[in-house]
Amino acid sequence: MVILKDMENPLHSRSDAPSGLRARSWSPYLVGAGIGVLSWAAFYFVNKPIGMSTEVSKLSGWFASLLVGMERVTSNGYWSGTTPKFGYETIFLIATALGAFLSSMRSGTFAWEKVPSVWSARFGNGVAGRMIAAFVGGIIILYGARLAGGCTSGHGISGTLQLAVSSWVFFISMFATGIVTAALMFRSGKS
Amino acid sequence: MNFPLSTSSATGLLLAGVFGLVFGTLLEKGRVTDYNVIVNLFRFRDFTVLKIMLTAILVGGIGVAVMMRGGILEGWHIKEMNTLGVILGGGLFGVGMVLYGYCPGTGVAAIATGSIHALVGFLGMVVGGVLYAVTFGWVKSAILPVGAAGKTRLSDATGIPEFAWWIVLVAVSLFVFRMLRKKTGSPAERAGNLNSFE
Repeated sequence: MVILKDMENPLHSRSDAPSGLRARSWSPYLVGAGIGVLSWAAFYFVNKPIGMSTEVSKLSGWFASLLVGMERVTSNGYWSGTTPKFGYETIFLIATALGAFLSSMRSGTFAWEKVPSVWSARFGNGVAGRMIAAFVGGIIILYGARLAGGCTSGHGISGTLQLAVSSWVFFISMFATGIVTAALMFRSGKS
Repeated sequence: MNFPLSTSSATGLLLAGVFGLVFGTLLEKGRVTDYNVIVNLFRFRDFTVLKIMLTAILVGGIGVAVMMRGGILEGWHIKEMNTLGVILGGGLFGVGMVLYGYCPGTGVAAIATGSIHALVGFLGMVVGGVLYAVTFGWVKSAILPVGAAGKTRLSDATGIPEFAWWIVLVAVSLFVFRMLRKKTGSPAERAGNLNSFE
C-alpha cells in the first residue's frame, strides 16, 4: 500500500505532491528538529528561550489598562514585574501568527473554522457550545500557565530541553489531567 | 558583532520577527494549528504533537547542552520549581488545553490560519491573565512557597549526570517513535504523512 510505504519514510514525498512551503504538512520529526534548532538560535543570539504565555499575560495587562489605567495595572504585584509594554515578546507573538498565516496561504490550508470535526462528531455543530468551551478553556489554560511559570513552549519545550525539574513535572501533570479531561469529554464519542 | 544581543536592540527585535516567522511556519506545517490534531493526542489517536515535542527536546536539548559546555552560552534559564504551583498549574493547563484545543503558542498560530474558536479562546486567555494578576497576592503567599525548591535541574536534583539523562531520553524517545511507527495512526495523520516535506 502506498500509504504504508510512505509512512516508512517520513521524508519521502510523492512526485505529484507539493513540496517545501507549498506542502500541506511536513514530517513531525522535521518540524520538531526545526523547533530544536530554533531553540539553539534563540539561546545563542538573544539568550532568551522561546515562550508565549508571558506575552499573553502582558496583553492581559494592556487590556486591563484600557479599563482601569496603566498606573493601576503597574501597581499590581504581578504586572509590576511583567510590565505590559511593546517589545521582543510582542513582536515574537505577532510574527508567529504571521508565519502561520503565510504558511497556510502558501499551502492552501487557510480555512475559516468555527467548529472542528472532532468536536462536532461528539457535541454537534452548535457554535455557541464550542465557543464557550474555547473561552473557558482559554481562561483555565492561561491561569495554569502563569501558576506554573510557563506553557507548552516555555516549560514544555524550552524548559524540558534544559532538564529543568519544574518543566518535566509540568509536562507530566499537563498530560495526566489532559488525558482524564479528554476521556470524560469524549466518553461516548465515535471519532 | 558579539552575541547574545540585547532583546531591546534593533537587531534583537528583528530577530524576534525572524524567530516568530519560523516558529509560526513550523507550527502550521506540523499541523498543530489544527484543534483535531491536538485533542486527538489526549485521546491516543494522533501522536503528531508528541513526535514534534520529543524531537524538539532531543535536538534542542543536546545542542544547547553542547553549546553550554563549549562556553558559548550565557547560562541556563530554569523556571522555579514551586512544587505546588507547578503541579496545580500543569494540571489546570492540561484541562484547559483539551477544552480550548490549543496551547498559547498554537492558539496564536491557529487564529492566523482562520480558526475563529482559537480567537475566542485567546480572549479567554487574556481574561485568565487578568484573573491571575488579580489573585497574584494570594497565589504568591499561599501557593508558590509550598514546596519551593528553586531553579533546579534533573541532574542536580538526582545526582545522576546530565549525559546519563540524555542517554535515557534518547533511548526512550527512539522506543516511542518505533512503537508509533508500528501503529498506523489516525486517518488524518496518514493523510499528513502522504504530503510530507521531501
